[in-house]
Amino acid sequence: MEKFLYLFRGGMSENIGQSAEAMQAHMQKWMGWMKTLESKGVLVGGEPLDPKGMQLSGVNKTITDGPFVEAKEMVGGFLVVKAKDIHEAAELAKGCPILEVDGKIEVRPIQKMDMPK
Amino acid sequence: MSQPESKDPGKIVDHLFRHEAGKMVAVLTRMFGFSNIEQAEDVVQDTILSALHVWKFGKIPENPSAWLYQTAKNKAIDMLRRQQVKHKIDSEIAYLLKSEYTLAPTVSEMFTENEIQDSQLRMMFACCHPSISPELQISLILKTLCGLSVKEIANAFLTNEETIGKRLYRTKEKIRNEKIPLEYPGAEAMPSRTASILKTLYLLFNEGYNSSHQERLIREDLCEEAMRLALLLAENEKTSLPETHALLALMCYHTSRFNSRLDDKGMIILLKDQDRSQWNKFLITKGNEYMERSASGTNVSDLHLEAAIASIHANAMHYEQTDWKSILRLYDVLLSRTDNPMVSLNRAVVCAEVQGFETAISLLEEMKGLTENCYYNTSLAEMYLNIGNKTEAKKLLGKALSLTSSNAEIELIRKKINLCR
Repeated sequence: MEKFLYLFRGGMSENIGQSAEAMQAHMQKWMGWMKTLESKGVLVGGEPLDPKGMQLSGVNKTITDGPFVEAKEMVGGFLVVKAKDIHEAAELAKGCPILEVDGKIEVRPIQKMDMPK
Repeated sequence: MSQPESKDPGKIVDHLFRHEAGKMVAVLTRMFGFSNIEQAEDVVQDTILSALHVWKFGKIPENPSAWLYQTAKNKAIDMLRRQQVKHKIDSEIAYLLKSEYTLAPTVSEMFTENEIQDSQLRMMFACCHPSISPELQISLILKTLCGLSVKEIANAFLTNEETIGKRLYRTKEKIRNEKIPLEYPGAEAMPSRTASILKTLYLLFNEGYNSSHQERLIREDLCEEAMRLALLLAENEKTSLPETHALLALMCYHTSRFNSRLDDKGMIILLKDQDRSQWNKFLITKGNEYMERSASGTNVSDLHLEAAIASIHANAMHYEQTDWKSILRLYDVLLSRTDNPMVSLNRAVVCAEVQGFETAISLLEEMKGLTENCYYNTSLAEMYLNIGNKTEAKKLLGKALSLTSSNAEIELIRKKINLCR
């Protein structure tokens, strides 16, 4: 099994203006999907990210305050999952409810740092 | 009606967001003043979005409500510090929000259980101010106290978002222009102002109970919201009047039959044909409790009478055991104090059980102004069917058919028409 990173973008601003009930229903779908990952034993971990933040750059170590991109492009959270290969990882991601609210998931293989096979 | 809290850690209590949104809007509006209600709503929307963003990753906080309140508090304090509140804060605690010494403690205090309840009651008094029409009152209650969106309200009333949007706008304008305060009325006005809230909650409940809305969930929701708010009144000593308990009793009795009124296909089952073992015993017992509590003081309100009628029905083991004579007496009292044609109609229907169909028919035939009412036509048709006059019955049922758009009612009337052959 390999490890993969899911990066979630967008899907939040689309919820603005939604009713409280609709947001709860959306959250319930997320819970359901997370539960599926967990029961399959593929969920390694993950966290939401606060849109605020800081960015350091350059030799001068300049610090700027975030957010740095518009809401729909911002990484709102990440998950690490286990899968046989990238295709299986992408297939697993299809169940994520963020796709129903115009969000995107970037799936990236986590590279191993030992000797390539 | 109220569901036990879910044991599944991955699931939060039903309607949590909606109910907490209603509470938080009441609190924040009280804090910012009514002229800033839109900003209060924005803070709440933002708070719920934050919860969604964080909780969806699988970890629901141990005390979800406390999490929401803390987030809303932080956002509100932030907003006040940056002086981002649009209109001048005109609430009675405005001066406490101005100084750093009192700001955070005051905001925290507002989010304690007592103050939340207090804010909801104040909001209820404002929403149900006698100068606002009941229709507008209901829309505003659903938006501010029940956390429904404009779209959901429009859907519940089978109208469009624009209509509801305009209604809400007009109501808020009225509250602002007339400077209706978010305060309790004085002791003298308390009973009458509470009575007007009860009337509105009664209408809201009926909107759900008698609605021809296709979606049962929506109808149940409206009833549940009306009950939730009535309970709030009952829990506060200022508003816990005998009438408040009478209304709750009435609501409990009605909802005890919620599941027996329609069959699997959504067909209406008449009271006579309902499976009484399916009636919710818990709610009937609750109804009886509220009924007892309503029996204090000297005033017998319409709500008392209606609850008493519902109580006789709910406590009769079989349709045949219904104490029709007592029901008729109660209707007589009701009729002596109202000219509501629906009360006369219901009384006539009860009359058929006590004095026979012929008497009921002559009563119904004498009534004026109800010929365009669907229930009037079906009731009279039923009487004619019972004395074997199928021609007259068929004519009336045909008329009734043209007066309803509810599928369940249409089905029921068609079934009756078939009996007229």
